[in-house]
Amino acid sequence: MNASRRLDPVLLLALPAVLYLAIVYGVPLMMLLGRSILVGGVPSLAPFIGFLSDPFSWTVIGNTLRIAVLVTLVCLLIGYPTALALARASGLAQALILVAIILPLSVGVVVKAFAWQIVLRRDGVVSQLMTGLGLWSEPQRLLFTEAGLVIGAANVFVPFMILPIYSVLKLVDPRLGEAAATLGASPLYRFFKVALPLSLPGIVTGIAFVFSMAASMYVIPNLLIGDRFQTLATLTGRSFLFMRNEQLGSTTAVVLLVLTVAVVVGSAALSKRLGGAS
Amino acid sequence: MTAIERIASAVVWTLAAFTVVFLLTPLVVTVLVSFGSSAVFTLPAPSWSLRWYQALGRSRELWPVVATSVQLAALSTAIALGLGTLCAIGLLRGQFRGRDGIVTFLVSPLMLPGLVIGIAMLESFRAAGLRDVWLSLILAHVVITLPYVVRTVYAALSLFDFTLIDAARTLGLSYPKAVLKVLVPSLAPAFLTSGMFAFLASMDNYPISIFFTDAWTKTLPIQMLQYVEESPDPTIAAISALLILLAAAVLVVGDRLVGLRRMADL
Repeated sequence: MNASRRLDPVLLLALPAVLYLAIVYGVPLMMLLGRSILVGGVPSLAPFIGFLSDPFSWTVIGNTLRIAVLVTLVCLLIGYPTALALARASGLAQALILVAIILPLSVGVVVKAFAWQIVLRRDGVVSQLMTGLGLWSEPQRLLFTEAGLVIGAANVFVPFMILPIYSVLKLVDPRLGEAAATLGASPLYRFFKVALPLSLPGIVTGIAFVFSMAASMYVIPNLLIGDRFQTLATLTGRSFLFMRNEQLGSTTAVVLLVLTVAVVVGSAALSKRLGGAS
Repeated sequence: MTAIERIASAVVWTLAAFTVVFLLTPLVVTVLVSFGSSAVFTLPAPSWSLRWYQALGRSRELWPVVATSVQLAALSTAIALGLGTLCAIGLLRGQFRGRDGIVTFLVSPLMLPGLVIGIAMLESFRAAGLRDVWLSLILAHVVITLPYVVRTVYAALSLFDFTLIDAARTLGLSYPKAVLKVLVPSLAPAFLTSGMFAFLASMDNYPISIFFTDAWTKTLPIQMLQYVEESPDPTIAAISALLILLAAAVLVVGDRLVGLRRMADL
């Protein structure tokens, strides 16, 4: 920490990767942002004002946010208990939960979305199960509905909720709970005052991951709900790939980018304030 | 245990069991459909057969696409392992401010929408006059694989005690030998896990690849989505089942070499 403050030669090792990403990824993103606020070489917010004054855009933004929020809620609801169980489990149960998380992570999203197409059909497993249990009076199709999309997307993204929560929970000393119990805290009080606050940084990270991924998913809505339901991501993809409307595509791409960057940056700051390691 | 604790514990385990079944459902369904004889995905299948695997073996379109995807994934993972490891060492050993910011930037492609990254790259590559499909794909896929390597190797290195290398040198090893005997073995799990996930992420990528493929050079997810949209039959399930088998094999190897618990430390 004295004279060698200038430039550490070890730092040069980081240069190739940083330069690479800056040129191939950073600069193109900046250019995309730049172009989106330049109309004929003059800075202008006209494309955004145009986009936001179209009621259809608000349907698309509403769809994006609603699906992302629902998927995040489902993932939190089933992901938190799973992370808790994983942190407490040992032996076979632990191995089973770990395999159930890591194996699907290693299988592509096209494969999983295609499988959900089969499961959610009118004659699919879910429909058979629900009518068999007497919960549905007749077979129903969940494919091409919002409920089907939420189920399929939650299935793909729930590992990204479980893993950050688990990585925080496994560091929590189990004796903390015992100590609280010795001091007379009730189980519910212990959960809300000890376990939950300690796992908050993991929850925040998980929510940010799942929300930003669910807001930007493209393949899953394509296969599970179809063209009539548009989100910012599917509209961006369609504008570029099918409609050749690159102006609209750039605008929606930037709106989506701003949304996800806000979520990621906001959650990182929040998680740091909550005392998270990440 | 009080009654509340018992109920809470039962709820936790029930939900966890549900999640395990939920997570494995698509994989089990895919494998079952691939062995069914019916062409319309009936479950349970009327009878079992290997006809979709035979159809797969006869397919002329598929295997070149698989070869493209594997080559692309292997090459981009290798480049990412090289660049990413050097980068992690440089960032961790160098004395400077703003290290967190740089790490966030390097990992950010994982968190931003792939489609937006793809569009940004497409426009820039066009502007730079880059038309070669293979080169574009490689450049793009290194952006996909590099964050996995940087994140995992950086995390592993920050737990590594660099004085161990000095200790090994005091005990008479040369510097390269000390690195080889002390640093490399303790980084091996990070290499393996990050390489594995980087490879699979490249194999699986759709939203970035779609902008750089053409009619002659396609990657596997793009070809598969095209099949699903145009002519869905259980041949797709057969390819998918093989991919699931590949993932399971990778997982078994990973478990042997690293351990499942460490693989979960993403």
